[in-house]
This record gives sequence, C-alpha cells and structure tokens, in this order.
Amino acid sequence: MKTFKPSPGKARLATVWLDGCSGCHMSLLDIDEVLLDLAPRIELVFGPLMDAQVFPSGVDVTLVEGAVSNQDDLKLAQKLRLNSRVVVALGDCAVTSNVPSMRNTIPVRALLDHIYVKGVDVNKVPPSEGIPQLARHAVPLHEVIKVDVHVPGCPPKPGAIAQAILQLLDAKKPEVAGLVKFG
Amino acid sequence: MAQQIVIPHVSRIEGHAKITIDLDDAGEVSDARVHITQLRGFEKFTEGRPYYEMPAITARICGICPVSHLLASVKACDMIMAVSIPEPAKKLRLLLHCAQFVQSHALSFFHLSAPDLLLGMDAEIPVRNVLGLAEKHPELARDGIALRRFGQEAIERLAGQRVHPSWTVPGGVNAPLSADARDSILAELPVAMSIARRAMGLLKGILDTFPEEIKSFSNLSTMYAGLVSGNGELRIYDGQIRFRGQDGSVVSEVENPKDYSKFIGEATLGHSYLKAPFYKPDGYPKGIYRVGPLARLNAADRLGTSEADAELAEFRQRLGRCPQSAFFNHYARLIEVIGCLEKMKMLLEDSMILDTRVRAHAGVNELEGVGIIEAPRGILIHHYKVNEDGAITWANLIVATGHNNLALNLGVKQVAQHFIKKGAVSEGILNRVCAVVRAYDPCFSCSTHADGRPAVQLEVRAADGALKETLQSRD
Repeated sequence: MKTFKPSPGKARLATVWLDGCSGCHMSLLDIDEVLLDLAPRIELVFGPLMDAQVFPSGVDVTLVEGAVSNQDDLKLAQKLRLNSRVVVALGDCAVTSNVPSMRNTIPVRALLDHIYVKGVDVNKVPPSEGIPQLARHAVPLHEVIKVDVHVPGCPPKPGAIAQAILQLLDAKKPEVAGLVKFG
Repeated sequence: MAQQIVIPHVSRIEGHAKITIDLDDAGEVSDARVHITQLRGFEKFTEGRPYYEMPAITARICGICPVSHLLASVKACDMIMAVSIPEPAKKLRLLLHCAQFVQSHALSFFHLSAPDLLLGMDAEIPVRNVLGLAEKHPELARDGIALRRFGQEAIERLAGQRVHPSWTVPGGVNAPLSADARDSILAELPVAMSIARRAMGLLKGILDTFPEEIKSFSNLSTMYAGLVSGNGELRIYDGQIRFRGQDGSVVSEVENPKDYSKFIGEATLGHSYLKAPFYKPDGYPKGIYRVGPLARLNAADRLGTSEADAELAEFRQRLGRCPQSAFFNHYARLIEVIGCLEKMKMLLEDSMILDTRVRAHAGVNELEGVGIIEAPRGILIHHYKVNEDGAITWANLIVATGHNNLALNLGVKQVAQHFIKKGAVSEGILNRVCAVVRAYDPCFSCSTHADGRPAVQLEVRAADGALKETLQSRD
C-alpha cells in the first residue's frame, strides 16, 4: 500500500463477484451520480458490469465481493492478486465469509444430496458437467490471498465505498473506520 | 470437424454463468447449454433457525432484489403465524415492492442492457458498459442513474436502508410511514415518470432496428406464468398463479399458495447448479413455461392503471396478444415501470398509508407456510415447514430465474443456431448469445441460493466430447 500510485491517466479498476449476493455491487452503484464524477478518472477493466472474459494484467485497484467457495473462486482470487496493485475486500462475505459460511457445518455431499436428489421430482443426480466443485468450506478472501484494505458491511454503505475509491485514486490508504460496521 | 465453444463469463447479468455451444462436423450448432456455476445451500443451512430469522437470512440470497425475498419470506411467516396482516401494512409492503420494481428494472434496462441497445451488440468491449454509455450518451446514463436512485431512495425512506433492510417483519412492517417520507417520495415521482416515458419513447423508436435479435432471442412457443387478481389484473405482491398456454388460453389458475407443488415440479440438470422447474401436468421436459416481465403481460389481461394499460394496448397492437421473443422483455419492463410509478402515486395518496396499525403479533399457529410474490424477474416461492418451537425443519425456494431455466437453455441454442454458420464465430456473435441471457435479466445470484453465478464462456468440443478450444470474447 505504501508504494501504491495509480496509473497515469485513468486508473484501471476491476470489480469481482465471488460467492456473494451482489448487494455490495449494488451499494457501489448506490453512489449514484458520483459514478458520473468517477467515469472520467477510471477505466473499468473487469467485472460483472462489463464484458471482458479474462482478468487483465496491470490493474490498479480490484474490489472483491463475496467469499471463496469453489475452485473457480480460488483460481480467480489468485489471479486477481497477481494482477492487481491493491486488493479491497468489499463487504462482510469477503471480510469474514458471512452468509456463505453458514453451509460450512454441512458436508458438501449432504448439501448436494438434499438439493438435487431429495429436492427434485426428476433426474435425481447431482450436477457435475461444466461446473466448478464446491470447496469444503466457504472462506474469507484473506485466507487465500493477501488483502490490502477491508471494507466491512452487509453491504458497506455507498459513502464508505465512494470514499475508499476516491482516496485510492489520490494514492492514499483508505480511512473508512468511522463509516463502516459489520452487518 | 465437430467442436465446442465455451463462453466462460456471461457478463452484465446478475450472477455467474457459463455457456457451452456444441458444433457438428459441418460447423452448425447442434446443442447449447447455460451452466450456473455456484451453489450456496440456503435450503439446507437454514434448518434449525427460528422462522422469524428467515426474512433477514434469505434477503442475502440477492442484493439486487432483496425486497422480493423479504416479502416472499414474511408472507410465508404470516401463514405460519396464521395472521391476516393489517391493511395499511399490506399497502406499505406493496409500495416498497413497487419501488423495488422501478430500481431493479432501471438497472436491467439502463445499466446492463442499454450498452447493447444504444452502443450496439458489436461495440468494442471497453466501451460496451455503463461507463461507456455515460461518455457516449450522458443524458441517458444520467436518466438511468436517477431512475434507479428514485427507487432505491424510496426503499430507504420506507425501510431504513437500500439493500437488505429489516423493516418488513412477520405480521406486517415494524414502523409506519412518516408524512415527511411520503411527501418526499411523492415530490420526486413526476421526475421518475418523465424518465420512464423518455426511455419508453427511445425503445419504441429503436425496436425495429433489431429484427434479427427479435427473431432469434428465445423466440419460443411456451406457456407463460404470472400472478393475477381474480379478474385477471397483473399482481406483484399477491394474487393467484395463472398459467397461459401456447395457444393463448388460460390453462390453470392456482388460488391456494400451498397448491403450487401440484402444478410445479423440479428437475436437476446435469450441467448446472440451477434446477429446472416444469409444469407438472405436462411432465418434464414438455412442461416448459416462462416467467418475468413479458410473461406477466402475456399471462394477465391488464395492469390496472391507465397509462400502463394504454402502453399495453399499443404493445399488443404492435406485437400481438402473446409475443414470444424474449427480446420484448425490455419493452415489457418499461411498461411495468410506468405501472409501478402510477401505483406508487395511488398508494401514497391513499389516506390509509400513514396509519400506525402496521403489525400483527402472534406465535406459531401453523406448521407450514408458503409465500408467493412476483419478483422483478418472475414468480418467487418461499415454502417453509417448522416444528412447534418455530424452528425451520424444511425449506424450499423456487426463484424466478429457475422457472426460465429450460427456456434459457433453448434460447441460447436458438440464437447460436441463428448466428453461427459453418463454425464462424465473432465476439459480436458471442455477445448476442450473452444478450439473450441478458434479455431475461436472470438473477443467478438468486438462482444460486441453491448455488450458482452467471458468467458466460464458450468451449469448442469435438463430437466425442473432447475439448478442442476455449473461445473467449476479446479482452
């Protein structure tokens, strides 16, 4: 963080949605017209709001929503860490694994059996083709990669998200302690 | 040579999905599938929780339409308490729901789909998003942000916060509406309505420039399902499930929520964490039906407010009584926004809306509850069983996007077959494959309550199933 300085020109921003509900992304959009103020200063290079298929290199700031719950989440977390200068854990699922971790006491096999075998009328076989395997536990982001900034909340308030982004654009370490709470 | 195309990340949708397209020896599309890649297990891990925790927990299924889950959940809880909630509380819940429809439809139209509609399906990836829209069409982007903000602020004024509010509770809501909050929302309504009208004018003007997309975007003959009142008016908070058949006739109406499982069955799909509901009397997979904005307009006779009904009349005059292409969901969504804004005005001007009797108190009086509402994306069902202490013993959740699962898969196949010829694929074609998914505005966040996220990926496989190539959109 000490050495962070955004790219000259537009800062390259990525947003990532791992195992979460997208409420943190909605809270990001809830900064409303501040989005239009940000538009000239940032280039959105990856995330659910745009169409790039592969996480790019040379990203300045990556905001990560959600816990790490399956093999795809893990691979993407590792890749975004390698390719980002600052990684922000956005919201309680990324920070503590929150609601996704409520399944952690249940073996994956029992979960799949409950939903896809007992819970259907037809085709009583858990799905497996073309989908990532669930990890035994849903874990917070900092358990698998180094995280530079934590912004808790379910979701974090739009004002806290806006402040964190604006401070990062000014090459400052975000100070959001007074603006956030868990839950 | 037979091959397979994979889109790894279906973007600008609410969740995570992949798409696989199979090509035959001649390079023509033989099959296509949408994979929902996440599962979260709400139906299992909520076992043992007190029923009154269910609204707050299940709201976390989806941050885009948490109000939908809150409302379906509190309705199921009302039934467990065996209470009829006070009339003002019903009106306040409906008001909250209308505000949510406005914000969610605004997100779908302006933030997610307008880049395709205004910048073009073949526009460059770095600009084909809401920030690109802000640079090219700043007024439109401003309109979209303002309309979404109107809905979100109304939710905040009613319920305390925009995402995951805790205002709706079993038995009603936990606080009445203040006169100040009512006046603030009322004061902003005209601006929201003028934005909705502008968007409607814009969409009608460009509709005819998408003939190929209209022809191929899930242009399927299926049944439709939506909630209606006893006299056929579209309902979003209450009402009975009406199934309208392919021939346009009403096939059945489910009056008692508990009877839903006589009409709706569920199947596992081998390639997706999202299950596929089907119309039970027709069996699987024949019993395909669709839900959502277009389905609601097709299922209902009218919306019940004057301006929205005038728009609906024009819609039907232009497209027929039951248009089939999923592309028309965009049009249907804007008609619903107008209808919800009209409804909000009526509710806010109703003297009962400030009444302070807004909550019924009771304990466990029934061991089973079902709550059914229309989420912005279609019918949402919460079904709980509890023990004498009120702890959940069993839960089933059927979300809007699930109902569309079979149609979504067929729709992706149809658009791929239409645009991919002799194995030739471009990024613009892949974007159209994603755009048909986008037209349904699927919420894979919701769908993955069991588990799943949307992102589209294109894989090319040989006829024997061996992976030949993974095609990705330009980066």
